[in-house]
Amino acid sequence: MSVAKPLPHDAARLHVTGQARYVDDIPLPQGTLHLAFGVSRIARGQIKAMTLEEVKTAPGVVAVLTADDLPFANDVSPSVHDEPLLSDGPVHYMGQPLFVVAATSHRAARMAARLGNITYIEETPILTIEDALAADARFEDGPRVYEKGRVDAALTQAPHRLQGRIEMGGQEHFYLEGQAALALPQEGGDMVVQSSTQHPTEIQHKVAEALGVPMHAVRVEIRRMGGGFGGKESQGNALAVACAVVAAQSGRPCKMRYDRDDDMIITGKRHDFRIDYDVGYDAQGRILGIDFTHYTRCGWAQDLSLPVADRAMLHADNAYLLPAARITSHRLRTNMQSATAFRGFGGPQGMLGIERVMDHVAHALGRDGAEVRRINYYAAMTESADASGGGIFDPKKQPTLSTEDLASRGAVRASSGSGGSARFGGAYSAVPEDAENTTPYSMPVTDFILHEMTDQLLDTADYDRRKADLARWNAQNETLKKGIAFSPVKFGISFTLTHLNQAGALVHVYQDGSIHLNHGGTEMGQGLFQKVAQVAAARFGVNVAAVKITATDTGKVPNTSATAASSGSDLNGMAVQAACSTIRDRIAACLAELHGCSVEEVVFDGGDVRVGGVQMSFAKAVQTAYENRVSLSATGFYKTPDVAWDRIAGKGRPFFYFAYGAAVSEVVIDTRTGENRLLRVDLLHDAGASLNPALDIGQIEGGFVQGAGWLTTEELVWDDTGRLRTHAPSTYKIPACSDRPAVFNVALWNAANPARTVYRSKAVGEPPFMLGISAHLALADACSACGPHFPDLQAPATAEEVLRAVGRARG
Amino acid sequence: MAQVSMTVNGKTVSGEVEGRTLLAEFLREGLNLTGTHIGCDTSQCGACVVHVNGEAVKSCTMFAMEADGADVGTIEGQANADGSLNVIQQAFQDHHGLQCGFCTPGMVMSAAALLKENPKPSEAEVRTYLEGNICRCTGYHNIVKAIMAASGQDVSAIAAE
Repeated sequence: MSVAKPLPHDAARLHVTGQARYVDDIPLPQGTLHLAFGVSRIARGQIKAMTLEEVKTAPGVVAVLTADDLPFANDVSPSVHDEPLLSDGPVHYMGQPLFVVAATSHRAARMAARLGNITYIEETPILTIEDALAADARFEDGPRVYEKGRVDAALTQAPHRLQGRIEMGGQEHFYLEGQAALALPQEGGDMVVQSSTQHPTEIQHKVAEALGVPMHAVRVEIRRMGGGFGGKESQGNALAVACAVVAAQSGRPCKMRYDRDDDMIITGKRHDFRIDYDVGYDAQGRILGIDFTHYTRCGWAQDLSLPVADRAMLHADNAYLLPAARITSHRLRTNMQSATAFRGFGGPQGMLGIERVMDHVAHALGRDGAEVRRINYYAAMTESADASGGGIFDPKKQPTLSTEDLASRGAVRASSGSGGSARFGGAYSAVPEDAENTTPYSMPVTDFILHEMTDQLLDTADYDRRKADLARWNAQNETLKKGIAFSPVKFGISFTLTHLNQAGALVHVYQDGSIHLNHGGTEMGQGLFQKVAQVAAARFGVNVAAVKITATDTGKVPNTSATAASSGSDLNGMAVQAACSTIRDRIAACLAELHGCSVEEVVFDGGDVRVGGVQMSFAKAVQTAYENRVSLSATGFYKTPDVAWDRIAGKGRPFFYFAYGAAVSEVVIDTRTGENRLLRVDLLHDAGASLNPALDIGQIEGGFVQGAGWLTTEELVWDDTGRLRTHAPSTYKIPACSDRPAVFNVALWNAANPARTVYRSKAVGEPPFMLGISAHLALADACSACGPHFPDLQAPATAEEVLRAVGRARG
Repeated sequence: MAQVSMTVNGKTVSGEVEGRTLLAEFLREGLNLTGTHIGCDTSQCGACVVHVNGEAVKSCTMFAMEADGADVGTIEGQANADGSLNVIQQAFQDHHGLQCGFCTPGMVMSAAALLKENPKPSEAEVRTYLEGNICRCTGYHNIVKAIMAASGQDVSAIAAE
């Protein structure tokens, strides 16, 4: 069986020999034009005049387009059509595209794009949370509120109560391959687009709108991205649309790739958050009631901000049963890059909020952080738990046709109206509010395994002994202080926009027994293609080498959802399995009839097919089926069962199941400089029955380091004019090889998913990112060792912030 | 425009370049050797590392004309003569030292330069040497493992099948 094996990445050989091809590596047809945007130099105002003569006469320039030159839709938004490709007057952030230059080379286009002479009527930009609240600059008409139980009473009656605040910065994706697109004009106005995108259907949709053609006239293909992390869910739209429009007008192929500086200045990043909390608890540290207020700066356009902020609310509980909880979420409009999807999609921000509360409560009571966390855990999974059972929710209603991007997570406009429940999955049966073991959004937690995982991790990480050792070590050391922290992860798996939880596949088997595999998922390094190929090979009982993995193509599988929300292998693996089963069953039926046996007696295994007493190669079986006129091509389709969610009410079952993880991090800080190091990390993560343990462990290691980077070294700085000052790796510090902990132990929990997923595996893309929270908590623990007061460590915990926290701890 | 010629992966090549043409551009656009990647355009990420006269160089930092007459090695020339993977390439595959693969050519080229000057590096030496090569996917763990394995040292491995 090809599943559950640690096979290397399918393209590993191509990568190590330099043959793997990205969009920028595709050989270009003669006459290809190269594009670059001219961008705004102010953060807010109106364009008074735009003089582009110098741009037009610059060497190599073939065409310059402004908003007036766009033939159809001037929009690249994945949600509410509020994101013009080129400004039509207003300027909303510094770096906003105003015009596009097409030239004979990449350099010529970029140089010319700097020659625009633009005058503005400047306005004061809205940059801070306070600015936005004062101006009531927000998305949706007011804050969203999710609530469970009687929060105010719980707070008032609790024996102990405290308040606090944590600010956490955003994060630049820094996919190593910058955004890129290539448009190739075809006959009759058709367009083929090569785009570095996690969402080919979205690119197809936006290009079709911009060209004024039906979606069938646009085909989008992507073999691989050089990293995505959410940054290529919607942020590639502008490049693809610009290329397609100029290609249609000029009849020449058009290519655009952002240089790193342009990429960081133009594209959106992770949402930064401020989370205020007011918590009531007992003497053991058990939380009795909690009131969270989330503030997030969404930037200038709506993009995917509403579902991001929703997901932050949906993870405000993390792993903890909160008897009474209120989460209020403000989605603020600011004159900055439009914040977008980034691994975890708001989940990490919500989770850091409650983890900070756990630390604060533990500090106030003088108790161990791990102990306080365990006291607050949800109840453990029962033996019979099957996350797909129950049948409580009945998601029947289909969304009505709309001009919105139905295939985008940004399709949430109905949120401001009353039709929300129809839009977001329809009817749900409310769970009684006092029901035990439910989340603040009334979903029962039935698959909770963190009790056992925590036992195992604290044991293998030797947490208790090391914690005691650290206390002794800290008592003897003045300058350096060490800290250790445990943190758990419970992450909900499914798109919260319910109808996106579907996938398609197309499988062909050729006469020689070779298999052509296609599905709607995209490959960005996570190993999705290999995992899905393993599923296909397992279905036919052949070696994975018999399966050809092919580029994602809207002409092969239509109406795909973004490869996002960690859903890639859950959705596409199932769709491929269905397609392969269809073909296998046809072959089996044919052979059973020829050999006079039952279909059940046809077995596909080890590259062979056994029919009754006869054994033949898979290729021979396929050839026989072909000669008997059996169709050897099939589509497959899958939709996640049992999910239904009303995002306005904040009630329902948004997730098919939860993925779990646990981490222990140890750090050392220099109390005189704030400098710090990760010394040791122990991770235990739940990937269900892993489809490929090697690829899953890779996701866990990489996710942890990226998460720790978010909360430590990665700091985005905008100045008072709204200029992003950290727009290159020289000023924005990505974790380097030397930042990696000296001891890094990673293990898979590896127990079957109780929900009926493909081979009972679990999604693994996003959840491990939040294991990085333990690094931040460990730094806070080290700061705590410096004095009696709560160090109130903010994020990112740069050396400067660690130094400040040391000062706060000392008082 | 000026004429440059150099040896790239053992073959003599020549071409017309502007004074400001970067070596990375010449390799990618002039010679169609697109395995050398451009990640940051500013000599920080290391995706463009090649060998010039045996030294690891970020090819987005060097003008093509500066490499006139030089012996240049790129990722495309790293495999063994029979097409099989060299020991470093094989180790990156076997030890899962890559995900999206965009940094991989630079990592392999840096690793080769490291092992040439220090055939049995310690883990700490590997980590320090790779500071100029950014990977956003792997967390570096398997990259370090791959390089340790390529140097013939024991690593606890999840061996590929």
